[in-house]
This record gives sequence, C-alpha cells and structure tokens, in this order.
Amino acid sequence: MVTGKGGTGKTTVAAAMALALADQGKRILLVEVEGRQGLAQLFDVPPLPYVERRIAVGPAGGEVFALAVDAEAALLEYLDMYYHLGRAGKALDKVGAVDFVTTIAPGLRDVLLTGKVYEATRRKSHGRLAYDAVVLDAPPTGRIGPFLNVNQEVAGLAKVGPIRNQADAIMGMLRSDVTRVHLVTLLEEMPVQETLDAVEQLEQLDLRIGSIVVNMVRNSPLDDDALALAVKEKLPAVELTRGLRAAGFTATKNMVAALTKEARDHAVRVGLERENRDRIDALGKKVTEVALLPDGIDHGALFDLAEELRS
Amino acid sequence: MSTLDLDALIDDPGTRIIVTCGSGGVGKTTTAAALGLRAAERGRKVVVLTIDPARRLAQSLGLTELDNTPRAVADADPANGGRLDAMMLDMKRTFDEVVLAHATPEKAEQILANPFYVALSSSFAGTQEYMAMEKLGQLHKQAERTGDWDLIVVDTPPSRSALDFLDAPERLASLLEGRFLRLLLAPARGPLRLMSAGVNLAMSVMNKVLGAQVLTDVQTFAAAFDTLFGGFRERADQTVALLREPHTAFLVVASPQNDALREASYFTERLREEQMPLAGVVLNRVTTTHVPDLSAEQSMAAAEKLETAGKSELTAAVLRLHADKMQQVVSDRKRADRFRRGHRAIATVDVPALPDDVHDLTGLRTIGDLLTA
Repeated sequence: MVTGKGGTGKTTVAAAMALALADQGKRILLVEVEGRQGLAQLFDVPPLPYVERRIAVGPAGGEVFALAVDAEAALLEYLDMYYHLGRAGKALDKVGAVDFVTTIAPGLRDVLLTGKVYEATRRKSHGRLAYDAVVLDAPPTGRIGPFLNVNQEVAGLAKVGPIRNQADAIMGMLRSDVTRVHLVTLLEEMPVQETLDAVEQLEQLDLRIGSIVVNMVRNSPLDDDALALAVKEKLPAVELTRGLRAAGFTATKNMVAALTKEARDHAVRVGLERENRDRIDALGKKVTEVALLPDGIDHGALFDLAEELRS
Repeated sequence: MSTLDLDALIDDPGTRIIVTCGSGGVGKTTTAAALGLRAAERGRKVVVLTIDPARRLAQSLGLTELDNTPRAVADADPANGGRLDAMMLDMKRTFDEVVLAHATPEKAEQILANPFYVALSSSFAGTQEYMAMEKLGQLHKQAERTGDWDLIVVDTPPSRSALDFLDAPERLASLLEGRFLRLLLAPARGPLRLMSAGVNLAMSVMNKVLGAQVLTDVQTFAAAFDTLFGGFRERADQTVALLREPHTAFLVVASPQNDALREASYFTERLREEQMPLAGVVLNRVTTTHVPDLSAEQSMAAAEKLETAGKSELTAAVLRLHADKMQQVVSDRKRADRFRRGHRAIATVDVPALPDDVHDLTGLRTIGDLLTA
C-alpha cells in the first residue's frame, strides 16, 4: 500500500516500487482505485479499463501489470463470482442501486476496492500465485485510515452477513505480515504533519508501516559550516569576491551581496527541511530518500527511480 | 495578456465573494487567508472560510477550535475601518445543522442516528465540497441580513480534482432524489409498479448480499430524508446561482508545475462553460533569483573552473547553488509563459516563492504584498 499527501508523488513512487519489485520471472500487479487514471498518464498509455494488462517490464526483467479498479464494476464482478448473479447484478445496476450503495456508503465502496486487491493477492494461476506482489496506489493520507479500516467502516453498517464476512477476511489480510503501508512525503510542513498523523492512525489499527519515502530530496552543495554562515547572511564576502574573480567575474559588491542573499534563502529552506526530517526520523521507521528528478517525471525517469528504490 | 490587479478586486465594493480554487498543494488556503487579511486591513469587513488549513496557519488566524462559527482575528489591523473573521469548516456539523433546520425534531433525530446518514455526513467523498458551498450560502445570507461582512473569501476543499466542488452538490442532490431511493420508498406505487419485477429482484439481491438489517437501514434513511429532498435540490441550485452572479470572483491558484497548470487550464475552461466569473489566475511559488543576470550555464561553468583549479570551494558551491536555482527560474518562467500564451484573455499575477512557510499574520501580509506587487 502506498499513500501520501496529494502532490508528494505517491502514484510515481507506487509505480516505481512495482517496477523495482519486478525481478526476473516475477509478476507484479499495480492497482489504482481513485479513478484518476494516474497510472495511464505515468506510463503514457491510453486510459486503463477494468482489466489487468501488462504495462511494463521492470529493469530486472519481471512483468508489471496494471489495473484501475472501479467500485461499480468490482461489485458486479463480486456478485457474479460469489452469487452467480449475472442478470440480477445488471438489474441492480439498472435501478441505480449499485451507484447508490457505492456512493452513499463509502465503507462499502472501500470494501469493494480493497476486496479486489484481496482477490488478486490470493488468486492462483497454473498452481502458483498469479502475482508475486500487489502494489496499491492507495488514497491519500487524509483518507487512508478509514480506507484500510474496512472492518470498522462496514461494521457500522452491517453487523452480520456476507459483506461483513468479506470485510473481516480483507482486514485479516491487511493486518497480516504480507501487507505493508508505505508513506510518501516531501520535507514540507503539511505533508510531514499528515504523515505523522497517518502513522499514528495506522498503528492504532494494527496495520504495519513499511517505510517512509522522502521524495524529491535535494542535496545542498553547501556543507554544514557554510550553511550555518549562510543562514545568517554571513558568508565571507572577501572569499566570495576572490573566488568570483578567479572564475573570471568582475565580482561587484552587488553581485556578492545578491549571491549571499540567495544562499541565505537556500539555507533557511534547508533548515526547515532538516526540522521536518527530524520529525520523520523521530518515528523510528525505515526511511528511504528519493532524489529530485530535475526534469520532472517521465517514462525513463520512472525506471531510474525504480533502480534507486532497488538499491 | 494582462496583469491581475488584486487590490482593485478587493477594493471594489461590488466584489462580495472571492472563491480560491486549484489543485492541492498550490497554496490556495494561504492565498485566501492573505487576500482576506489584506482586504480587511484596507477597510473591508471580511470573513474567510477555510477548509483544511495547515495547523500553524490556522493558529495564526486564531482558529484553534473547530466550532463552525466565524471568530474575529484579533491581530488584524482595524485602522481603516475593516475587520477580519475566520472560520474552519466542520462538515459533519454543517450537515447536521441542515438536517436540524429542515426536518421536524423527531425526524431529524431519526436521520442523525441512521448509520447511512453517519457514513454520508462524515465520509462521503463529495460531502466536504457540498458543505463548503452550503456554508458559503449561509454566510452570504447572514451577511445580507446583518451587514456583518461585505466580503466573503472562501477556500475550496483539497479535492483530487479541482472541479469536485462544482459537481458535488449536484451529485449529492441527484443521488438523494435518484430513482433508486424513490424505488426504496415506494416500490409498488404509481407508474413505478411496472418496474417492480426488477425492483423485487434488486431487493432480494441486496437482502442476500448486504443482509436484511442493511436494507432496512437504507429504507429508514430514505424515508427520513424524503422530506429534505426538495430542500437539497433548491439549495444546490441557489448556491450555483450565487456563484454565477457578477459580485462573485473566482481566483484560480496554480504553481508553475505541469500538473497544476493543466488543472488550472481545465478549471478556467470549466468556469467559462458554467458562466462563472473568473477574475484571473495566481501563479504561486514562482522561483525567483537575486542574481538574474548570471545564467545557469555561466554559473555552472564558473563553478567547474574553480573546482578544477582547486580554488575557493565555497564560491564554487555558491555558484552551483545559483545554477540550480537559475534552472528552476528558467523552467518556471517557461511554463508560466506558455500558460499565458495559451490563455491570452486571462489576467495573471506571479507570486515569488518564499524560502519559509507562512504561519503568522506578518507572513500573510508579505504574501498580500506579493500578490499585489
């Protein structure tokens, strides 16, 4: 499960994780549940239907399949699979029941979405598991608790019955050793706060945290001593002037002052990032850093990212 | 291509509602708060409705408790005769209040206790959007009645898509008056009887899959909500009408990243289709430099020269820093200009990125200055 605040790159990280897991001979399923078609955009393919299809071959030679789960289609499939309700399912859809139930009761909707992941995780094909791993691009941190707490959400609506049993089974898998939740964040105030809140929430639900992925990390060219001076706007002007002249510039007072200001802004930002990093480290979880891709994300960059996660 | 004059917008007494919208993480809430504060300090009587502010920003506005009522922001400067109130939306409470205001006490109690209502009011994906619009309608009415405010600044929820807040009221209203609920209420009445074979089948499936209790709860929910249907539709329509009036101004906020700009394009198109008045686009967090004349290439070449010669490591590092920065400056500018060329009729304003997060009124005033520079 990969979650994170909107804008932190959780879809990208989920896709890169799927690629990274795709060792030679392995089959990985990459799932999205929010109807955004983020995976299609990322892999530059037409919108994904409710069908598992191969989307890429990972750097180590394994296959990555992708699936966009749609709650209504999942419900109809579920009805057909467990109740053989082909026609009745359609009747339900026709009167608007499927739309109604999946919209008005988000808990039920989430059971259908996580239910599909549950099914794919356990599915057998030719005597072995159909997939070696399933990676879910899960809803954002703000919604991840209720989304994964399918049990509780459904318990409020259905005390007994088949849906309830299904929810219990899914919850069992989510809490077991096969499941890990990874949280993607940037070193900014809001995403870090949401990450801390989500970790607390998930642990209360007995869900296991995999790692915190700190995305878009920029390394500073300045060392700590220089940063300490820079933040006070006290970089040695004499050395800068001499250095700039050695590099062939006229090095006016203005130029030195302007570069010093720029270094200060940078040092302030680095300071804030370090505070945020300390808050993440204080969680005591595994932390993975992913470097900023200066040209933004594209197909090739995604593979670089996968390599970075593999190492 | 013109520059968006936000001081003219907030000083115009004809501007009564400002809605900030855009994709998540672009600084919508901060922009709304900064504009609200600036308008108040220039003499307007302002209320800012925020949805999900960063904790420290909320604290700076005195929003420590979520009580769904506007509170005065104590440190806003009243010298020009204005005032600033702020509130944070409590979506469940707003929904409860709608129910309490429109149903008999007995029925209201039934609705509030129903598990489907609880699910709908606390976690339905469109409820936050719907309730933000509902609250806007309420504040507007209160402003007209009491004269407490002459400007409402409203932030929109951090949706997966910036359009959700326009669509959610309609979606919820149509769901609540949709065919299925009608069927649940009166499966054997009137012209619907023709459908009853399908309905019976549907019911028996629901019974089997969900269990009888769930079906009963849905029916109770439907019956209890029945009296509110008309009200919901009417209120959704009223809010939409309010947003179309010329006293409303939409501000689309975007950062100079491809995703955010794509969303902003989409959004400005949609506003035009809906005949909703767009004031302009705020291009937020644009990278700027103190050393604009030194290009990334020059700076990088100079850094390499120093490194090869083994001279001043510090200067080389500072030059590398500048080269990185310049690259961002250039690509931000390129993307912003491309957006402007594609939307020549839309006024825009660039707001430079600040090194640190905004979490006090001083920071909001700085943003206010930058928005109107």
